[in-house]
Amino acid sequence: MAQQRRLTGYRRENGAVGIRNHTVVIPVDDLSNAAAEAVAANVPGVLALPHAYGRLQFGPDLDLTFRTLIGTGRNPNVASAIVIGIEPNWTAHVADGIAATGKRVASFSIEGNGDINTIAAASRAAAAFLQDDSEIAREPVERGEIMMSIKCGESDTTSGLGSCPTTAEAVDRWVDAGGTVLFGETTELTGGEHLIAERCVDDEVRKRFQSLYDAYIDIVERTGANLLGSQPTQGNIAGGLSTIEEKAMGNIAKTGTKPVVGALASAEEPTSGPGLYFMDTSSAAAECITLMAAAGAAIHLFPTGQGNVIGHPIEPVIKLTANPHTAATMTEHIDLDVSGLLRREYDLTSAGDQLMTVIDRTVNGRLTGAEVMGHREFVLSRLYPSA
Amino acid sequence: MAEQPPDFLAHRDGDSVAVAVRHLQAGPAQGAYLDSPGTLRLTVSSDVPLGHKVALVDIEQGADVIEYGVRVGVASQAISAGDYVHVHNVRSARWHSSVA
Repeated sequence: MAQQRRLTGYRRENGAVGIRNHTVVIPVDDLSNAAAEAVAANVPGVLALPHAYGRLQFGPDLDLTFRTLIGTGRNPNVASAIVIGIEPNWTAHVADGIAATGKRVASFSIEGNGDINTIAAASRAAAAFLQDDSEIAREPVERGEIMMSIKCGESDTTSGLGSCPTTAEAVDRWVDAGGTVLFGETTELTGGEHLIAERCVDDEVRKRFQSLYDAYIDIVERTGANLLGSQPTQGNIAGGLSTIEEKAMGNIAKTGTKPVVGALASAEEPTSGPGLYFMDTSSAAAECITLMAAAGAAIHLFPTGQGNVIGHPIEPVIKLTANPHTAATMTEHIDLDVSGLLRREYDLTSAGDQLMTVIDRTVNGRLTGAEVMGHREFVLSRLYPSA
Repeated sequence: MAEQPPDFLAHRDGDSVAVAVRHLQAGPAQGAYLDSPGTLRLTVSSDVPLGHKVALVDIEQGADVIEYGVRVGVASQAISAGDYVHVHNVRSARWHSSVA
């Protein structure tokens, strides 16, 4: 067991604990990206989160967009939020959802004001928020208070041999410490979905997991296609992965050994206590992490084989690889090299200790490679076309 | 730990394939299990890149390919112990309609 280190973070008004202290500008829709980015340009230090959607969506797809935008603002890595939308109703809906946490939110709509007046008013609010947020101090926090998420990418066979089992070590330790961990990638469980079903704590969770899984596979198969053109990906195949089942086993290897205590819809906050949760997500890295951050995850573990470079604007993404070529050629992206596992220089417990050290330093403020490189991928998942 | 780094690693005892942990050239190679002690010896029949798979046993066409102790695909052609195993001779058992 790794020695206990002192962890610090930001305890928010609702008790949720973050490890970063961002002041964000959230556009409700694509039309408001320009104003949001202008505010961030006027007030360096605030973070705009532009995205491509938010108009003429309806039903569950609109609900998911709202849940993602609201959840991103609610995330404990966010200190306060400015919300900008084209019209006042949806703007107020997103702002109110964030404000329910108790954090400061100011909202602005463009219709009847124009971009310039909106940008001026929102910039004044952003400047005041940023200045106040800069005084929020780190305080001691417990490991179990920090929500973690996991997702792998550009996987190869070294993921299954090294980086995913190392991640599993951290996942098991996190759950043992009373923490919550989210995993997802629904279609990438294919071939091993029965193994996740077996780990569900009760029939209710199992039924919910199975229905989310079946519904996603049904979407794929209803198109008349199968996933073999895209799963495994060309990068996976180049790395030696031959089938989606083989990829799934690597994916599942990173989930550790703990029971699955809940099955969540995309971007749904876990509410039934600590533990390991499945979340229904795309396996595309930016979509998946965006959904997990919207559920409140504050730190992400990302095992990679061939070298995915993903980041997220508010949730730090820690990358680890067991592929010695990737570790050597992509050093600025890789936070932990566990390729020694393949040479049997150390065992999984030791690799887990190394990962816990990287996690703890990241919690305490050390920037990840993705943060340093400015990777801020923020991508909304869509369920079907807009009206 | 190990005195000499392995050429390939198998996840579980009973797997029919293992993963090359360095670039393997045709010829004798030695490997190990991730989950148990013991050494594996094999004659690799052609080059196998780092991270790619080699067959530990003969696998008939249509038979399951076992890794992690579970089926990860089926052999699309007969495979001999020591052969390079990838998309040219194994395919998903899930989506049969594929030509991959």
